[in-house]
Amino acid sequence: MKVSELLENKEFKCLNPQVGIEGVIQSGYVGDLLSWVMANAGNGCAWATIQTHVNIIAVATLLEMTCVIIPEGAEVEESTLERAIIEDIPIITTGLNAYEVCKILGNAGI
Amino acid sequence: MSYELIFDVKRGDFDTAGEASRKIKRTLQQLGVSNKVIRKVSIAGYEGEMNLAIHSSGGKILLEVGEEELVLTIEDSGPGIANIDLAMTAGWSTAGDEVRQMGFGAGMGLPNMKNNADNFQISSKVGEGTKIVMKFLV
Repeated sequence: MKVSELLENKEFKCLNPQVGIEGVIQSGYVGDLLSWVMANAGNGCAWATIQTHVNIIAVATLLEMTCVIIPEGAEVEESTLERAIIEDIPIITTGLNAYEVCKILGNAGI
Repeated sequence: MSYELIFDVKRGDFDTAGEASRKIKRTLQQLGVSNKVIRKVSIAGYEGEMNLAIHSSGGKILLEVGEEELVLTIEDSGPGIANIDLAMTAGWSTAGDEVRQMGFGAGMGLPNMKNNADNFQISSKVGEGTKIVMKFLV
């Protein structure tokens, strides 16, 4: 599933539409402890986290994640979006919670 | 060593922390290092960089690239670790609440470094500082 296909679902909105959205989501990961995520998330994943500060972009970039999904409408800091544009990482917001995000990714075959 | 990179990391500098690790990653990509090794160095480097920002009074990251191995050295000027065995225990951390709310301080930084390096050495003296040397086979 491509990020662009996920965004066809109106529950999801890309906060930095300047970035590329044709990346393929190969797996999913949920976590808010950055070291735990660093140790265990896979390359090419969609990462759901309620952390919104700029360091999530460092983690996403180092692990070559496909996108970051911020559930439950948590507000994302401007510095995070600026860094995400530089690093070409889509930041996607949704009102859904992380479990509901996972259900949608799972139903899409991820 | 055929190539060296050095970075300064300041205490509390969370907004730019991760920058050294990103530059190290890009350099290794340009040098044609395998993705598997890059992932290990990236994880260990980021943990080291964040430890400098969270715990140290400032320090340096040195990357040395040789033909058979990469050496990543994380060195700071204090405050030092009183009990290294305890600090190496997964889940143990001295990080404060503010840092924990940002998702740091899970007590996994040092174990993550050790798990990803092919050789991991740590030495520390309270009042002087901590030095970590990690080697990665390429």
